[in-house]
Amino acid sequence: MSSFWSAWIIVLTLACLVVCFVLLTWNLKNHVGVAENETTGHEFDGISEINNPLPKWWTIMFYATFAWSVYYFAAYPGLGNWKGLFGWTSSNQGVKSLAESKAAIEAQKAAGTPSQLDAEYIKAESTFAKEFAKYTSRPVEELAFDKDALKVGQRLFLQNCAQCHGSDARGQRGFPNLTDNDWLYGGTADKIVETLRHGRKAAMPAWGEALGDQGVKEMTAYVLSLSGRKVNDNDAAAGKAKFGMCAACHGMDGKGSLAHNLPFGAPNLTDSTWLYGGSAGSIEQTLRLGRNGQMPAFKDTLGEDKIHVIAAYVYRLSRPDEAK
Amino acid sequence: MSHTQSLNVDYNYTVVRLFALTTVLWGIVGMSVGVLIAAQLYWPALNFDTAWLTYSRLRPLHTNAVIFAFGTSALFATSYYVVQRTCQVRLYAEKLAMFTFIGWQAVIIAAAITLPMGISQSKEYAELEWPIDLLITVVWVSYAIVFFGTLIKRKTSHIYVANWFYGGFIITVAALHVVNSMVIPVSLTKSYSIYAGAVDAMVQWWYGHNAVGFLLTAGFLGMMYYFVPKQAGRPVYSYRLSVVHFWALIALYIWAGPHHLHYTALPDWTQSVGMVMSVILFVPSWGGMINGIMTLSGAWHKLKTDPILRFLIVSLSFYGMSTFEGPMMAIKSVNALSHYTDWTVGHVHSGALGWVAMVSIGALYHLIPAVFAQGRMYSTKLINTHFWLHTTGVVLYIVALWISGIMQGMMWRAVNTDGTLTYSFVQSLEASYPFYLMRFIGGCFVVAGMLVMAYNVIKTVRAKQGTLEPIAEAA
Repeated sequence: MSSFWSAWIIVLTLACLVVCFVLLTWNLKNHVGVAENETTGHEFDGISEINNPLPKWWTIMFYATFAWSVYYFAAYPGLGNWKGLFGWTSSNQGVKSLAESKAAIEAQKAAGTPSQLDAEYIKAESTFAKEFAKYTSRPVEELAFDKDALKVGQRLFLQNCAQCHGSDARGQRGFPNLTDNDWLYGGTADKIVETLRHGRKAAMPAWGEALGDQGVKEMTAYVLSLSGRKVNDNDAAAGKAKFGMCAACHGMDGKGSLAHNLPFGAPNLTDSTWLYGGSAGSIEQTLRLGRNGQMPAFKDTLGEDKIHVIAAYVYRLSRPDEAK
Repeated sequence: MSHTQSLNVDYNYTVVRLFALTTVLWGIVGMSVGVLIAAQLYWPALNFDTAWLTYSRLRPLHTNAVIFAFGTSALFATSYYVVQRTCQVRLYAEKLAMFTFIGWQAVIIAAAITLPMGISQSKEYAELEWPIDLLITVVWVSYAIVFFGTLIKRKTSHIYVANWFYGGFIITVAALHVVNSMVIPVSLTKSYSIYAGAVDAMVQWWYGHNAVGFLLTAGFLGMMYYFVPKQAGRPVYSYRLSVVHFWALIALYIWAGPHHLHYTALPDWTQSVGMVMSVILFVPSWGGMINGIMTLSGAWHKLKTDPILRFLIVSLSFYGMSTFEGPMMAIKSVNALSHYTDWTVGHVHSGALGWVAMVSIGALYHLIPAVFAQGRMYSTKLINTHFWLHTTGVVLYIVALWISGIMQGMMWRAVNTDGTLTYSFVQSLEASYPFYLMRFIGGCFVVAGMLVMAYNVIKTVRAKQGTLEPIAEAA
């Protein structure tokens, strides 16, 4: 903020307080022109007013708040560019990028004056980091059968993952069910950690233009037939003839990219699990308009230790009874 | 005593009557919508899967209806009544005054149509789209012309304190409305704010909090300053107190908006200034309560027999309570707990139902017989019934949301030994359910009271002249 605006804020803020202070102090004495406890002599529709003095306890409260405001403005940022005696800030305000933010945090840490937000992070880190760190040395597959680790993992899941995947992790339209052992990118510990760490981006292209209405209908029939649904055989045959365009991701057999060790996240079309709905209408829509799936990357927000524990929880979800 | 004849001036009561009756009507409508959305929070199926019946569309309808249809109609009615009687002149520009009635009702109806359709600027309490905003501006300028015109041609040498508050409210609301509603229209039903980011948020809450401060506080203090001494038959307690608390109130209130944006992208200095001013504001706010309640000294016994006075005095108690609660919630560390919880909603309603509605209802019970040339309301017993229904409802409402609000705040910040949150959001929602039911029941009490009022008002208005004798005053 320029020094002009800083001065502007300081002058207006203090002027407001000073005016209120003077107003109060001036009126402690009787300047009304009639004796105290008398009416002012004006009457409005039968209403008169008494010139009673200000209640003492009320004026004391008023002065107390003034005194407190002087203290607060001295101690904390408020008066324009004045930073306050304690150097307190709520967060790194004014940073314009992640890089700037990180640099600001480091600079403040070095100076010993982290913002309140960072101070809380640092405190939480020092208090709780050991709770997660004690699990990092153990492999995810083993941790998945540790009751305490699962409890922690579930809490982290509820706070960070349940918004999309649901409290019971069974997903919802567009967000995969994590309990069914049907994986888009792989259900091994490594793959789960990778998904959590870096996120995933899936894109089903829109084929409406290329296929045309009849083509979409035929392809829908063929896709449905892959999972054994009853369809018009002629349509399905016509769809099958064009399935080559889908095979690049879903495989010629339609079993999905994972079955062919490909990293596209293209679902298996031969089972009865449908990410965006398995009705003819939904499949037509998927074919015509395409789909976009996005799993966010948690590397920066959660850190490796927490990802490790969440991975164990997710790993276990689809293996409820499996022995270690 | 309460209907002192003033110098045989022929006052214009037509507009007052119209606004008084619509106040009751819109009160019922606005509060009923409130009860419906309270019910939807408990029984979500009550939106019937219909877009315009969903919570998100009815909630702005509820707030607009109670603030701008009910509350502001009450302000129009009482300010036109009070300014004439305390200035001892007939209303200035009477045709313009009639235009403010028609124009304001048009605004309300436009709101009632567009908000359920989902047409919204999505600024809280300023949802209405730009064509309606323009109409509001025209009506408001007309209101200012009528009000200040009447003040200028007054027959009294001084301006009565009630009119300071009404005047302050009219001027400030005009400025707030115009500044916050600055948009670039892209079509008749869509526009974009000219402000961006944190500035937009700050302008919005500068508006939002001062809608509370000037419309719902200063305006209704104006109402209080006439109807409390009038109904009590007592002089105003302290002229000096009214001077100090008026100027301090309007000087400080305008700064308080940033407390709605604590711990956001708003700069730290702005948050501090907003918080400090909000805390000091507590004292002048109480100045108004003290002056109102102390006006009753020497007439406390009247509370036993006069339910109208009871409405007025209890409204001041709620005013005192919520103007203590507000500054407290404006303190950053308290706000860290209370913000985004039901506590905020409860606080607003202790102000809106406890203070604004009760002082308006009390004022209307005093004003309606006066402007319809009746000696009194049709039934004092029913006023008393209304008083108890309303008070019970408000207490149920506030207590429910205090509990659920503080509980939500505590649940959201509770952490396990590993630093993870103890409760998921859904768990805090589940825990709030019983209190949503209690709040809904409280709302039903309030609406029931308003229906009793409507019956009483209709009976009063339609009573044959001279049949409703004023009640002899107990000395």
